[in-house]
Amino acid sequence: MTSTLKGIAASDGIAIAKAYMLVDPDLSFDKKTITDVDAESARLEKALDASKAELKLIKEKAAENLGDEEAEVFEAHLTILSDPELIGNIEDKIKNDKVNAEQATKEVTDNFITMFESMTDNAYMQERAADIRDVTKRVMSHLLGVDLPNPALIDSEVVIVAHDLTPSDTAQLDRRYVKGFITDIGGRTSHSAIMSRTLEIPAIVGSEKATSSAKAGDMLIIDGLEGDAIIDPSDDQVKEYQQKAADFKAQKAEWDKLKDEKTVSKDGVHFDLAANIGTPDDLQGVIDNGGEAVGLFRSEFLYMNASELPTEDEQFEAYKKAVEGMNGKQVVVRTMDIGGDKELPYLPLPEEMNPFLGYRAIRISLDRTDLFRTQLRALLRASAFGKLAIMFPMIATVAEFKKARAIYDDERQKMVDAGEKVGDIQVGMMMEIPAAAIIADKLAKYVDFFSIGTNDLIQYSFAADRGNEKVSYLYQPYNPSLLRLIKRTIDASHAEGKWTGMCGEMAGDQTAVPILMGLGLDEFSMSATSILKTRSLMKKLDTNDMKKLAERAVTDAETNDDVIKMVNEAVGK
Amino acid sequence: MEKRDFHVIAETGIHARPATLLVQSASKFNSDVQLTYKDKSVNLKSIMGVMSLGVGQNADVTISADGDDEADAIAALEDTMKKEGLSE
Repeated sequence: MTSTLKGIAASDGIAIAKAYMLVDPDLSFDKKTITDVDAESARLEKALDASKAELKLIKEKAAENLGDEEAEVFEAHLTILSDPELIGNIEDKIKNDKVNAEQATKEVTDNFITMFESMTDNAYMQERAADIRDVTKRVMSHLLGVDLPNPALIDSEVVIVAHDLTPSDTAQLDRRYVKGFITDIGGRTSHSAIMSRTLEIPAIVGSEKATSSAKAGDMLIIDGLEGDAIIDPSDDQVKEYQQKAADFKAQKAEWDKLKDEKTVSKDGVHFDLAANIGTPDDLQGVIDNGGEAVGLFRSEFLYMNASELPTEDEQFEAYKKAVEGMNGKQVVVRTMDIGGDKELPYLPLPEEMNPFLGYRAIRISLDRTDLFRTQLRALLRASAFGKLAIMFPMIATVAEFKKARAIYDDERQKMVDAGEKVGDIQVGMMMEIPAAAIIADKLAKYVDFFSIGTNDLIQYSFAADRGNEKVSYLYQPYNPSLLRLIKRTIDASHAEGKWTGMCGEMAGDQTAVPILMGLGLDEFSMSATSILKTRSLMKKLDTNDMKKLAERAVTDAETNDDVIKMVNEAVGK
Repeated sequence: MEKRDFHVIAETGIHARPATLLVQSASKFNSDVQLTYKDKSVNLKSIMGVMSLGVGQNADVTISADGDDEADAIAALEDTMKKEGLSE
């Protein structure tokens, strides 16, 4: 029977395909005392063999579809399944304790997991704990006779239905077959949403009940433009959405024509449309979508996809690749933004009550200057190969910026003294803490530029955790209070002859863009896939009209909704 | 049975990569291969076993092999220990 779901539109486009349930099955079981040890051992062996056969197949598929690196994890799983110590212990437990294979497996693997997890100073061992957990799940599924989802084995067009998607889930998805996805939880800035835009897959997040509503094999329509999903649609609905998909494709083709054009308003004012990237691999998307710069290169991937601190050389190579790839166009690298929701196994940070208000980003860099200096040296070296800018995340005070800048100046001087080639680097800061926005006039004297990080600025301004659905109504990007902070920042930078960019989701938001143009924002940095759409919109708008609109939004409006209404009237939606 | 004593000099002890290589090396032989540390012995063909010993720097360990290719096994493992900078 047809039913509909409403969620948050996370990534543009329409997908129509069968549902693939990426949901963990129920693996609960009862502890039993057994009498026939041989039969129970045989059950275990059968489950192990089946698991091995499955893993070999997955490994092959993963190597073929996703690359050797993704396949490696399954090789590690196979090694665990053949480990004499692990398997021997399980067999002994069945024999000596007379318990069923499920119980024996659980007890033994739990022991190893606890042991490895307790080695908090060793990231490698902690990863092994995760591997054992994954392998245990697989063996359990075979013991219990239930199916485990194997996303790496997908070989026909599907829409993924999941509670949430983790980075390791997305790493296994084959873009040829995964046409879209829908999750129960998450918002526009959650990992799954950002990933969907990077992969250019239509997606809906935060639907609340996708996993409880859809069944494996149900036909599913995902409208990533509106956030609507239809389970088991009628023929008419399928036709309607096929039309919508075709229209969207045509629209995209129209936008594609703007690829090599500059971004200019109707009255001839130029704006920079830049892209946010996570790794140098994302550069192709920036170029394909006509990006004029990289407004935010998150350097975290260097730290997160590693089992130890990245060396200066590793970092240098990544930054060099980015500036070279952009071929003379500016790349703004944000220094390490670790802490908060991003944890590093090899750099254990104390557990905090409020990680988003705690020891993170520049606060760590100013404390662990050894890490900071390594990163700055790598950046300075890379600056010789293109146009590089650096910004510091989470600056709250003038003193913090001056301190960070002094360390930068010191490293730069050392390199110049040593006769190394260093390019012209602009040094700026992220504007994401209200206290900093309020004192922007003072900060503007010391920075070369500001880059407004709206996701955090909104969360800190409204004191609302961006991951908490219960307070998601406080995600109000158009609220005049926030617009005033943005205006203050832009005006302060211009008064000192500096510039302001924006690198949060808001920079590519079609309702926000007209106001931001009116406020005089210089650079808009967004998901690469939003660039052409935004360029097309900006071409139609006159900056004088937008100035009036922005003025009204900042001074007359009382609420988020007031501003939305004003924009719709002014832009004619 | 063949036996050899080693003094571990690697800063991180027998962990992670070197442990994996030792296990791979031991697994190539038919002999039963054991790693002994502080009177506790584990199967050197098991990464779980090796890592559960928690062998740190300056530890004195013994590798023993028992089987038809025990001499070759010990020689190969000694080679791995040295190549990986675990022992001198």
